[in-house]
Amino acid sequence: MTFPFPASDLLVILPELVLTQLALGILLWATVVRKGREATLAWVSIASLAAAAVLIPVAARLSGPLPRAAFGGMLTLDRFSIFFKVLVLLATAVTILFSLKFVGTSSYPGGEYYALLLFSAVGMLFMASGTHLVSIYIALELMALSQYVLAGYFKRETKSVEAAAKYFVLGAFSSGVLLYGISLVYGAAGSLDLGDVARSLAATPRSSLLGVGIVLTASGMLFKIASAPFHVWAPDVYEGAPTPISAFFSVGPKLAAYAIFARIFFVGFGPRAGDWAPVLAASAALTMVVGNVGALLQQNVKRMLGYSSIGHAGYALLGLLAYASGTDARGENFGLWAILIYLAAYLLMTLGAFGLVVLLEAKGYATESVDDFNGLSKKNPLAAAAMLVFLLSLAGIPPTAGFVGKYFLFSAAMKAGWPSLALLAVLMSAVSLFYYFRIARAMYLVEGEGELRWREEPAVAAAVAVCVAGTLLLGILPQPFVALAKSCLLP
Amino acid sequence: MNVPLWTIPALPLAGFLLNGAVALRAGARRAARASEAWRAAHPDAAHDDDHGGGDAHAAHDGHASHGSADDHGSGHGHGGAALPRGQRLFHGVVGVASCGLAAVAAFANLVPYVKASLASPEGIAPVVQHAYLWMAAGGLSVDIAFRLDPLSAMMLAFVTLVGTLIHLYSVGYMQEEEGYGRFFAYLNLFMFAMLTLVLANSLPMLFIGWEGVGLCSYLLIGYYYDKDFAVAAGKKAFVTNRVGDFGMILGIFGIISLFGTADFSFLDKARHAMVNGGSPVTVYAVCLLLFLGACGKSAQFPLYVWLPDAMAGPTPVSALIHAATMVTAGVYLVARCSAVYVLAPDAMTLVAWIGAGTAVLAATIGLAQNDIKKVLAYSTVSQLGYMFLACGVGAFGVGMFHVFTHAFFKACLFLGSGSVIMAMHHEQDMRAMGGLAPKIRQTFLTMMIATLAISGIPPLAGFFSKDQILGAAFATGHTVLYVVGLGTAGLTAFYMFRLARMTFYGPFQGTKEAEGHVHESPATMTVPLWVLATGALFAGFLGVPAALGGRNTFVRFLEPSLARVPEHEVPHSTEYLLMGLSVAVALVGIGLAWRWYGQATATSAVPSAAADAFYRKTGALGPIVANKWNVDEGIEALVLSPFRKLGTFLWRGFDALFIDGIVNASAFLVELTGDLVRFFTTGNVRNYALAFSLGVLAFALFVLVR
Amino acid sequence: MVTVAHYVGLSFVLFTIGVVGVLIRRNLLTVLMSIELILNAVNINLVAFARQLGDLTGHVFVVFVIAVAAGEAAIGLAIVVSLYRLKSTVSLDDASEMKG
Repeated sequence: MTFPFPASDLLVILPELVLTQLALGILLWATVVRKGREATLAWVSIASLAAAAVLIPVAARLSGPLPRAAFGGMLTLDRFSIFFKVLVLLATAVTILFSLKFVGTSSYPGGEYYALLLFSAVGMLFMASGTHLVSIYIALELMALSQYVLAGYFKRETKSVEAAAKYFVLGAFSSGVLLYGISLVYGAAGSLDLGDVARSLAATPRSSLLGVGIVLTASGMLFKIASAPFHVWAPDVYEGAPTPISAFFSVGPKLAAYAIFARIFFVGFGPRAGDWAPVLAASAALTMVVGNVGALLQQNVKRMLGYSSIGHAGYALLGLLAYASGTDARGENFGLWAILIYLAAYLLMTLGAFGLVVLLEAKGYATESVDDFNGLSKKNPLAAAAMLVFLLSLAGIPPTAGFVGKYFLFSAAMKAGWPSLALLAVLMSAVSLFYYFRIARAMYLVEGEGELRWREEPAVAAAVAVCVAGTLLLGILPQPFVALAKSCLLP
Repeated sequence: MNVPLWTIPALPLAGFLLNGAVALRAGARRAARASEAWRAAHPDAAHDDDHGGGDAHAAHDGHASHGSADDHGSGHGHGGAALPRGQRLFHGVVGVASCGLAAVAAFANLVPYVKASLASPEGIAPVVQHAYLWMAAGGLSVDIAFRLDPLSAMMLAFVTLVGTLIHLYSVGYMQEEEGYGRFFAYLNLFMFAMLTLVLANSLPMLFIGWEGVGLCSYLLIGYYYDKDFAVAAGKKAFVTNRVGDFGMILGIFGIISLFGTADFSFLDKARHAMVNGGSPVTVYAVCLLLFLGACGKSAQFPLYVWLPDAMAGPTPVSALIHAATMVTAGVYLVARCSAVYVLAPDAMTLVAWIGAGTAVLAATIGLAQNDIKKVLAYSTVSQLGYMFLACGVGAFGVGMFHVFTHAFFKACLFLGSGSVIMAMHHEQDMRAMGGLAPKIRQTFLTMMIATLAISGIPPLAGFFSKDQILGAAFATGHTVLYVVGLGTAGLTAFYMFRLARMTFYGPFQGTKEAEGHVHESPATMTVPLWVLATGALFAGFLGVPAALGGRNTFVRFLEPSLARVPEHEVPHSTEYLLMGLSVAVALVGIGLAWRWYGQATATSAVPSAAADAFYRKTGALGPIVANKWNVDEGIEALVLSPFRKLGTFLWRGFDALFIDGIVNASAFLVELTGDLVRFFTTGNVRNYALAFSLGVLAFALFVLVR
Repeated sequence: MVTVAHYVGLSFVLFTIGVVGVLIRRNLLTVLMSIELILNAVNINLVAFARQLGDLTGHVFVVFVIAVAAGEAAIGLAIVVSLYRLKSTVSLDDASEMKG
């Protein structure tokens, strides 16, 4: 008996295969491990992620020249997907570091938690290389289903369960809408393979079936990256979920969603860019306003970071728009490239900021307010300095990663003929300084009362230190990274 | 000697890292001790790590751990003791040395460059040293590159010099502060950012420095953060500077859009008017946006309101950041982009009017101030207005000359006021001073030199620069601006001598006890004062105009960096007349101040109580004529008192109107938008699904209809 | 003659019923069922189009969608259980503590 694909296709998904096996192993192991001994599981999980990371170049080397399509065009391994895979693995590993004590000292079992994180990571890895709407959908659901459980993992906390319920209902609803859109596209284009879809769309005239299909697909995507008007779930879920999971949600799924967003819309729906670009533009404008203005009113830091991440999703949409506008006079288009840089910067600074929230979270579950940062500069000057770096970066002040990312994104939007959106983005960045600096003000200009409740966690501190170093490095010496991102574009 | 330019900002950065690291370590230890003490004092507060319920936090609120040590004088000091001598010595030496070495490195570059530049009649090409490629995308590359040209050379000279002196001064001034290490770390970081700003070869790199100095300014304004006014001042500085930075960023994007590049090669393109015609922005808009940025940083109308409040920071900070260096960055930006500005004459006219308006407005408000630092702060705003006035009428070089001279006399005045404040044990109200001249002789002498300089008395520094600004305004036909500038010169002389008279002359107004404590400051403070006073005495001779037999070396040196503006020659006789006029106006101001504030009595809260009483009594004009003896009071009542009242009104009224206006308007807007945002974020999933569906529906309809 | 348009029409009706169900029903279980309706609308579409195109992908996709829907239902029911344990209700309106 022969299979319709060569055995070497398995090499393409070697990291995913290995990670899946290890995750299953951890899940089994979790059933026998005693409460309080789960730290070992966490370290094994991190080792599994590291193994997957190491296997990525191995897979790329063994499976042939890149880009390498596999399984009849279901998946493609290219530098674009590798870029996202590395970031996803990094985000997951940092999340596990954040969770070590957070879950360890809680009354909830840790084993399944880590296994679920790894399953979610596997889903994201597949999303990064999916080039067929079927594989993309399944990967998306693998990621999402794991995340619904993670959001409600602290099942005796009302907020956590509420977050899970909201995330689940809206997530399932949005994937239903997405799927309906995909089915319409299938009818109009006659295929679910992104390459075939593009060829077919270029040949067929506009039809309302296709238009609605594209809009519904776009809505599903915009939901995943938390763009307005599909963002409403994000603040509640970020507030309610356990803090390390909020950190994970604000980074991991968004990265993976951007990967498939870019792939579906540029590779698949590229010939119809004129149709969907205005939709994206409207959503980008709305998202920037809603995210940044919404954040201004928040007292809860996690919620504020949730809104702030909505705002950041809006900035990143500018890159997609710029990419949609085609190449400039030089034959260059740095929209997508700007997104890659921005997402890496966003990962570092957001995870770092959440790391500090994890460290500060000692007043009980999910009650973290801006006031908790009062007087931090005096009580833990190093932590305050680290937080200041993240805030500066989030606000886009040079010389930090956030500035470099925004500089590219906004110039890309400017060049691509969206100066009004670039203007709005600058204005909203100025607004964002106010809420970021509320934290800075609390740390540096307000006297803290009583003792600082602070977790001593070397693992989290180390992760935060890595984020600080990355944020500064990407801001001061971005060029090597920019060159790297340039080599990771979609074909 | 060949010193690469990057060492100049790198040295203060190293100082910052060293000072910061040591201060962090000490801070962490202190925090640990405080934490232990707190725990000892609160044995009931069990420290459990897991979540799951609020502990007894609310029960032991309040200023338990501190607050007991808050017995310091007003405006000064946190709870807590000064650092041990060894640590203090370390921070001081690192702070001063890193800045001093930067000055040495700067002058090692400056001296040969200036010599070579002056030797060649056309000036020489700027020295540009590329450190590395910062980022490059789509034909838009930004280098980390350092540029030495006449403009940056001139900035470099006074920034490093004044910076080092103020670091030295701070060693003495800050010695009783607990946050000594933190202070020097911030100050070094500031020097790094300022030098980056000055040496940048592109707008994005300049922006690094721009934001860096802003951050340090913010942190240092809030230095005494146990004081509410310091926190409020920090907030105000933050708000107004955001408005400015918004313009600045858009301006940078505008420049990129116009010229296709953001490094200073766009200046050459601008000189040849090579503007990208297809760009969606215009030169005029870009100039206005950059000027908005300059207004924020350099405290021009209507964004000046933060600067006087910034005096909440320690006095050396006021001298360095809020008088001599950072606040001139806006003028520097406009001068740097002069080639672009001359392409938009309307924008220049606006710059000139805003500058002149700010100059007279701030000078008027200065008349009404009793806090010695506030007078100097409004004076700074006013002098910055002069600089923009110069730029606006096309005399960029003269404007920068005023930046240069102003750095010396204003830094000297601020440091002198710091010395006075220290002598008075942190009393800043001039009404409680008086008769200090013999008690703090060094401070008195240096401050008087600087006061004469700012008042425009020849041959001190301020005379040459200010007079050339007025001359340029007159020569270019801006008669109204000239008159405004001339009047402001009179006001300047008046409020400065009011300050001098109230502080140094007459009987002492404070308590007997305070009088006994008045003491001269240590040498680390008086030496910088004397150096700066020397600068205030002689810096003007660098730019003696042709009419006085000089060669205007300073302005000629700057020319290669600036836009060429057609010269307006006025006959020497007219120039003499103008000079005579401005000196006369200054002398009138001095004379009036001397008369009015000389008769202060020991009991008066308002210095000229007699005049005020008189003003209240006379409803009609008649008695004034009758009271020939009281003609002085008449002038006071008719001219000065209304002026002072106007000043008070502008000070309180505009500030309230503007800042509250901004705050209220933006709060309203935010609340409105926020309510809209929250309207959809009700917490109910069904509403979320509804929002989602409406979004889908709207987008689908859009696609279907078009 | 039943054309593909009829199937798409039916699927659209089902989809609309599902969406409206999510929007108006308070009971989490009913909402779950409404979501299943949406997925079934998708399945009808996929099968109809696959038949029209003579392409197998649509049929295969349907199998995957059914499998994923089963997983989704399992997790949804688990969330229903934990919500009920905490609040003794499965009404979504009672899970609206976080807002703004």
